[in-house]
Amino acid sequence: MILASSFLQEQNFLDVLYIVAFALFIQGLRGLSGPTTAVRGNRIAAVGMAIAVVATLLNRGEGNWGLIVLGVALGTAVGVPAARQVKMTAMPQMVALFNGVGGGAVFLISWSEFRLTDGYSGTATYVAVFSLFAAIVGSVSFWGSNIAFGKLQEIIPGRPISFGSAQQIVNLVLLILALAAGVDIAAGSHSEAIFIGLLICSALLGNAVVLPIGGADMPVVISLLNAFTGLSAAATGIALNNTALIVAGMIVGASGTILTNLMASAMNRSIPAIVAGGFGGGGAVEGAEGAGEHAGTVRSTSAADAAIQLAYASRVVIVPGYGMAVAQAQHAVRELTKELEQRGVEVSYAIHPVAGRMPGHMNVLLAEADVPYDQLKEMDDANPEFQRTDVSLVIGANDVTNPAAKNTPSSPIYGMPILEVNDSHSVIVIKRSMNPGFAGIENELYYDPKTAMLFGDAKSAVSEITSELDQI
Amino acid sequence: MILASTLTTNLAILVLAGFIGFVVISKVPNTLHTPLMSGTNAIHGIVLLGGLLIVGVSANGTFNKIILVIAIAFGTINVVGGFLVTDRMLEMFKSKPKPPKDADGDRDGSGAP
Repeated sequence: MILASSFLQEQNFLDVLYIVAFALFIQGLRGLSGPTTAVRGNRIAAVGMAIAVVATLLNRGEGNWGLIVLGVALGTAVGVPAARQVKMTAMPQMVALFNGVGGGAVFLISWSEFRLTDGYSGTATYVAVFSLFAAIVGSVSFWGSNIAFGKLQEIIPGRPISFGSAQQIVNLVLLILALAAGVDIAAGSHSEAIFIGLLICSALLGNAVVLPIGGADMPVVISLLNAFTGLSAAATGIALNNTALIVAGMIVGASGTILTNLMASAMNRSIPAIVAGGFGGGGAVEGAEGAGEHAGTVRSTSAADAAIQLAYASRVVIVPGYGMAVAQAQHAVRELTKELEQRGVEVSYAIHPVAGRMPGHMNVLLAEADVPYDQLKEMDDANPEFQRTDVSLVIGANDVTNPAAKNTPSSPIYGMPILEVNDSHSVIVIKRSMNPGFAGIENELYYDPKTAMLFGDAKSAVSEITSELDQI
Repeated sequence: MILASTLTTNLAILVLAGFIGFVVISKVPNTLHTPLMSGTNAIHGIVLLGGLLIVGVSANGTFNKIILVIAIAFGTINVVGGFLVTDRMLEMFKSKPKPPKDADGDRDGSGAP
């Protein structure tokens, strides 16, 4: 028994377990990048994590098991129900929150390292440097993610909040203060007040960077903060001399950076432009002008008229957006589709890469409602088809259909690829009100003479159309 | 000397891991961006290990203990919640009958079978 337990605690054995763990992370991540292997990939990574945790528990010094059990129990009690119960529509903010607590764990670990080593006395300078880096980046990520959560959850207004032109200067000053505090500590100061000052500056920086960013860019921001948390975890790993942390953290840092780039390019936005913020900031002004120009030309319709229009179409394209997600209308939409198909109408769905508030949002929801996969068309395939489409039914999508992205160079979303709904013969838009979308700008599409607006909650409006169809 | 070599070894591991991260996520369909973000998010919950290590070595004083318990709780939320949420999301992609077997998850696998 003694032999066994000493074998289990031998450093080489533990290192091997760590190597197994990160090999599983890499394999899991590879799986995650393809649709058919993704579920298994995620589970492989989870197994890797379990091995890493067990290895660490075998390795650690004695004592304080009570604290570990308490911490893990608290975390499980919060994390499991949250992950189980969150609606698919609220997924982006959930990911933001989980990312935030990861960043929180990083800066708290740095803080306790600082306290337990009495201000890094007796440790190598590089340990202090990496630990301080982790503290700054972890704190930025924690606060930034919380703001992102608040914006997506609509606790905080989605519109950019900023100091205007002073924003960049404020950010820079906060960054310099945090770095100065870090340099001071690394150079030998043991003052905890300075460390707390570093945490506060980083916290303010996290807030100041994310608050000015418009809601539409939030998924990219979350991905960027995800990469940050990964990097800070890798830095913690170097400070603690723990290979599992270094490898896992760095892989997330690197893949998160790539992913952020991919997401930004899908929206035709550059990362620096997003971080510089203020996207849609001028929206209120421009929007007001736009509204004045077009005032009074919005045509509204009824469910009965919409049903007739749809019933006599030969080709219908459904364009879902966040409004469908909020109203949980995917099943109602599926019913409507079935009804139309029975009448010989050809129905397909046009999916914008960032429809909803995260990439792939609509695919997840429509898959949940059992919409056949071959009816879902990606933007590049869908756009040429609009010209021979009789009716485009836009359900709670807004910015991704706004022709201003193509026609109006002054628009904040100019250049963003859109679904060219306005090419179809007629358009029905289901929307709760004339309020602008997440980017905070007016949509010219609604003032187009061939567009009819059906105001109402997506789910009830779609159900009404379906029941009207029954009576035709 | 010993410290320096530990540092260089760790830096080498860091750089190599970075390249692996870049290579692994070379081309992902748009549809999978969110689950992938969520999955990598769960992996960095590995900071939990840092909390476990420090709490085992020495945690004296109430305040230190509080910080560490919160750190461990945060790390646990990140790991457990992250993997569960990703799993739920991916299940929806999978739930469809017969995915038309596509070549190595490229473009047209763009998501839900």
